[in-house]
Amino acid sequence: MTDVRMFDVPGPIDIMWCPGCGNFPILDAIKKALAELDLTPQDVLICSGIGQAAKLNHYVNTHFLHGLHGRSISNATGAKAANPKLVVLDVGGDGDRYAEGGNHIIHTIRRNPDITALVHDNRVYGLTKGQASPTSPMGYISPTTPKGVASLPLNPIALAVSLDASFVAQAFAGDIEETKEILKKAISHKGFSFVNIFQPCVTFNKINTYQWFKENTYYLGDDYDASDRKMALEKAFETDKLPLGVIYLNNRKTFEESLAAYENSDKPLYDRDISWDKLTKTFERFV
Amino acid sequence: MITLPQGKNEDISIVVTGAAGQGIQTVEDILGKVLKRSGLNVFAAKEYMSRVRGGNNSTEIRVSSKSVRAFVNRIDLLICLNKGLRNYLKERISSDTVIIGDIEEMGKELAGRGQMFFDVPLLHFAKELGSPLFANVVAAGIITSLFDVDMSLLEQYFDERFGAKDKSLVTKNIDAAKKGYEISRELAEDITVKMDHNSEIVKELLLTGSDAVALGAIAGGCNMIFGYPMSPATGVLSHLSQVAEEFGIVTEQTEDEISAMNMAIGGWYAGGRAMVTTSGGGFDLMSEGLSLVGIGESPMVIHLGQRPGPATGLATRTEQADLNLALYAGHGEFPRAILAPGSIQEAFYMTQHAFNLAAHYQVPVFILTDQYLLDSSYNLPAFSCEGLKVEKHIIKTDESYKRYVITEDGVSPRGIPGYGEGLIAFDSNEHGETGRNMDEDPQIRSEMNAKRMRKLKGLEEDSLPPALYGDVDYDVLLIGWGSTKHIIEEAMEEFSRPKTAFLQIRQPFPLHSSTKDYLKRAKVIVDIEGNATAQMANLIKLLTGIETSHRILTSSGMEITVEELLIKLRCLHV
Ligand SMILES: Cc1ncc(C[n+]2csc(CCOP(=O)(O)OP(=O)(O)O)c2C)c(N)n1
Ligand code: SF4
Ligand SMILES: [Mg+2]
Repeated sequence: MTDVRMFDVPGPIDIMWCPGCGNFPILDAIKKALAELDLTPQDVLICSGIGQAAKLNHYVNTHFLHGLHGRSISNATGAKAANPKLVVLDVGGDGDRYAEGGNHIIHTIRRNPDITALVHDNRVYGLTKGQASPTSPMGYISPTTPKGVASLPLNPIALAVSLDASFVAQAFAGDIEETKEILKKAISHKGFSFVNIFQPCVTFNKINTYQWFKENTYYLGDDYDASDRKMALEKAFETDKLPLGVIYLNNRKTFEESLAAYENSDKPLYDRDISWDKLTKTFERFV
Repeated sequence: MITLPQGKNEDISIVVTGAAGQGIQTVEDILGKVLKRSGLNVFAAKEYMSRVRGGNNSTEIRVSSKSVRAFVNRIDLLICLNKGLRNYLKERISSDTVIIGDIEEMGKELAGRGQMFFDVPLLHFAKELGSPLFANVVAAGIITSLFDVDMSLLEQYFDERFGAKDKSLVTKNIDAAKKGYEISRELAEDITVKMDHNSEIVKELLLTGSDAVALGAIAGGCNMIFGYPMSPATGVLSHLSQVAEEFGIVTEQTEDEISAMNMAIGGWYAGGRAMVTTSGGGFDLMSEGLSLVGIGESPMVIHLGQRPGPATGLATRTEQADLNLALYAGHGEFPRAILAPGSIQEAFYMTQHAFNLAAHYQVPVFILTDQYLLDSSYNLPAFSCEGLKVEKHIIKTDESYKRYVITEDGVSPRGIPGYGEGLIAFDSNEHGETGRNMDEDPQIRSEMNAKRMRKLKGLEEDSLPPALYGDVDYDVLLIGWGSTKHIIEEAMEEFSRPKTAFLQIRQPFPLHSSTKDYLKRAKVIVDIEGNATAQMANLIKLLTGIETSHRILTSSGMEITVEELLIKLRCLHV
C-alpha cells in the first residue's frame, strides 16, 4: 500500500464544490483505492469531461486530462491505447456521460478498453445550475422543465448490462468504505469497468438526498453471482430499492489486446521508432 | 486506318465507362499497372456516383511516352460497358473519339457520335467465359493489346492479384484477357497505336493520392489513426488499418468523428502520433475537439479530404471549398497550419512533414486534399526517405515539470505520462503553467493566450514557400492550390503565352512570407480555384493586401479539365 497522501495535490488548492457535496467522499474513496492498490501518482491517468464531477482530477495528484463535456471517455481510450501500461480512470457526471456523451458510452462498452469509468450520478446538472439530467425522474421540476421532466429516465445499469459490459457496478457516495472497495475491484478488473455512483447534490437536487439514497439502496449479498447476466438485468430493473455492489462481470478481450499495434511489441508508442527499411520495402508493392 | 495518338497529341486519353459493380475500378487497376510495367506513363482519374450498383461511372486513363498527370476533357478511346451514359460523358465525345462498345447493350445510344464505333460483343464473350462480369477484363485485354503489351504482364498481374486466393480465378481472368487480345487483332486492321515504351518507367511507383497520404503518415511516425468512414477520406483509414500490424499502428473506426478526434487527442497526450481522416461533414463534428487541441496544446494531424457540400452535397465528387472551414473551425483563437499538397509526391512529403510540424509546435496541422487528388494516380519515381526524420519533440520530465511553462516562442516542452517522474497536465479550461487551477485570473489568461498565439511566428517562419513554375520573368501570374497543380501546369504550357508563370500555394496558412513578393511582381494575377467564392484569393487579400485581377472558379463537382481552363484563360485576353 502506498501513502494515500501522495495523491494530495501539493500546495493549497481551492476545491470548487459546495460544502457537503457528494463529490467529496468520492474523491476520498478514489485516493484511498489508488493507495490501497499500491499505485503511485506516476502510474495513474485520470481523464474527465466537464461538470462538477469532472473537476475531480484537478484535486488528485496524478496525471490528468480535463477534456470536453461528454467526450473524455474517448480521450481515455486513446491514451490507454498509446500506453497500455497506464492505469486509466475516467470521471464524468450523469449529463456528461448519459446525455452529451451517450454515443461514446455505448461504443466504449462495446470496445472494452481497460479503463475505469466513474459516473457521478446526482440526477441533475450541477455545474450549469440545476437543470434536469437524463437520470432525473419523470416529473422532476427544474429551471428548464418547469412542468416537470416528461421523458423517461435512463437506466445506466440496464444499459451497461444489456451491452454486455465487462464490469458493471453501482456505488453510493455516502459510504466511502464500500465505494472504495468497489473502486478497487473496478480498477483491478481487466476491461472496461463501469461504475455508476449515486452522488447527492446538496445544492440542487432536493429529492435524491443522502437520506433518500440511504433509504432506497441496498448492497448485494455475498451469495450474489455477478456472472449471471439475466440476474444482473433483473437487478438493473429493480425500482423498489436500488442495488449497490458489483452487479455484472464478464471477462472478455480488451481493446488494447486486440490492437494490431501490440501484436509484435508491448512497448508504449512513445518508445518506438520507425523502420525506414520496412517503409522503403513497402513502396515495392506499388511498382 | 486510325493512328493514335491523333494530331499533335502525344498521349491517348482512354475513358472506360460502366455501371457500379461492373468493375471499372478493376479495369483502371489492370491498365494502370500493366501499361506502366510495359514502360508507358499512365495517369488515371475516376468519377463515380454515390451508389454501389448500377448507374454510370467512368475512369479516365491517359497513356503517353511523356509524363502525364492531369485530367483532360478529350476522349480518344471510349470503352462502354453499359448503356445510359450520362450527358457529362456524351458531351465529351468528339468527332475524333473512337468508341468500342457492345451493340447488344448500347443499342442506338451513341449512333452518329465519334469517329468510329467498333461493335464488340463484350457481354457475349464474357458470358461464354462464365460470367458477364468478365466484360471488363475482356475490355482491358483489348486495350493492352492495342498498346502491344506482352500477355505475360497480364498473367503476372492476375497471379499477384488472385493467385493466393483462387488459382482458377487467375486462369479465368487470363482467358478473358486473351479474348481481348483476339478481338484486338481484328481491330488492328482499322486502328493502330504508336507509342514508345521506356524501360525507366517499369520500376516506378503507381499509387493514388490516398496511398501517398497513408505512406507519408507512416514516414511521419504516425502510429495511431482514427476515423469514421466518409468519402473521399476513408482510403487513408483502410490503408493504415491494413498495415497496422506491420508498422505498429493503433487503428480504430470510431462511433463518430467526435470520438475519433478525442481519441487522437488522448493518443498524442500519452505519447502516440495520431492522425484523423475525414471529409467536411465529419470534420464539422471534429471542430469542438479541434478547439480542445487548441487550448490543450496538443499536436494533431488532420487529413481533410474535401468533397462538395453543403451537407451531403456530392458525396463522391470533388471541390476545394473547405479552406475556410480548416482555417476558421473551432471556437476561440489558437494557431494552426494548413498544408495543401498539389501532387502525389507532395501528398507524401507534406503528410510526413505535418507530423513533425504538429509535434514541434503542438498545434493542429491540416493536410487539405480532395477527392480528385485522393482517387487519382500516376507513375512517379519511388519516394526517397533520405533526410526524412521523425521528430518526437518530447522530453523526459522530472518532478518539477510544468506542462504549460511560458516561453518566448510559445512552445512549452512536452512531457508524456510514464516518461520521467513528472505529472502531465492537460486542461480544457484556461490554466496556469502547471495546468491546474488559475482562479480565472485575467492576467494569467492573457499571458497564456498570448503564449499560444506566439507560436504563429515560428509557424510562419517554417511555412512551406510557394512553388513557381513557368517564366520567372512573368507579368501574368496564375495562382492555385491543391489538386489543380498539374492541370494548371499543363494548361499553362498549352496557353504558351510568354511571361506567364504559375504560383502554387503549398501552404495556405500561415502563408510563406515570399508569397507577397511573388504576387507584387505580377501585372495580372489570375486566381484558379475549385470553389465559388475564391477562398484562397480572399485569404491572400486578407494576409497580403493584394487583390487578384481575375478569378476562374468552378464548383461543378468535377475537377476542372486542362481544356476548360485553357478556354477560360484565353477568354481573359491577357
Ligand atoms: C458542448 C457543451 N455543452 C454544454 C456545456 C455546458 N455544461 C457544462 S457541465 C454541464 C452539465 C453538467 O451536468 P453533469 O454532467 O451531470 O455534471 P455535474 O455538474 O452534475 O457533476 C453542461 C450542460 C458544455 N460545457 N459543453
Ligand atoms: S452543485 Fe451539487 S454537484 Fe455541484 S458542487 Fe454543489 S452540491 Fe456538488
Ligand atoms: Mg450531474
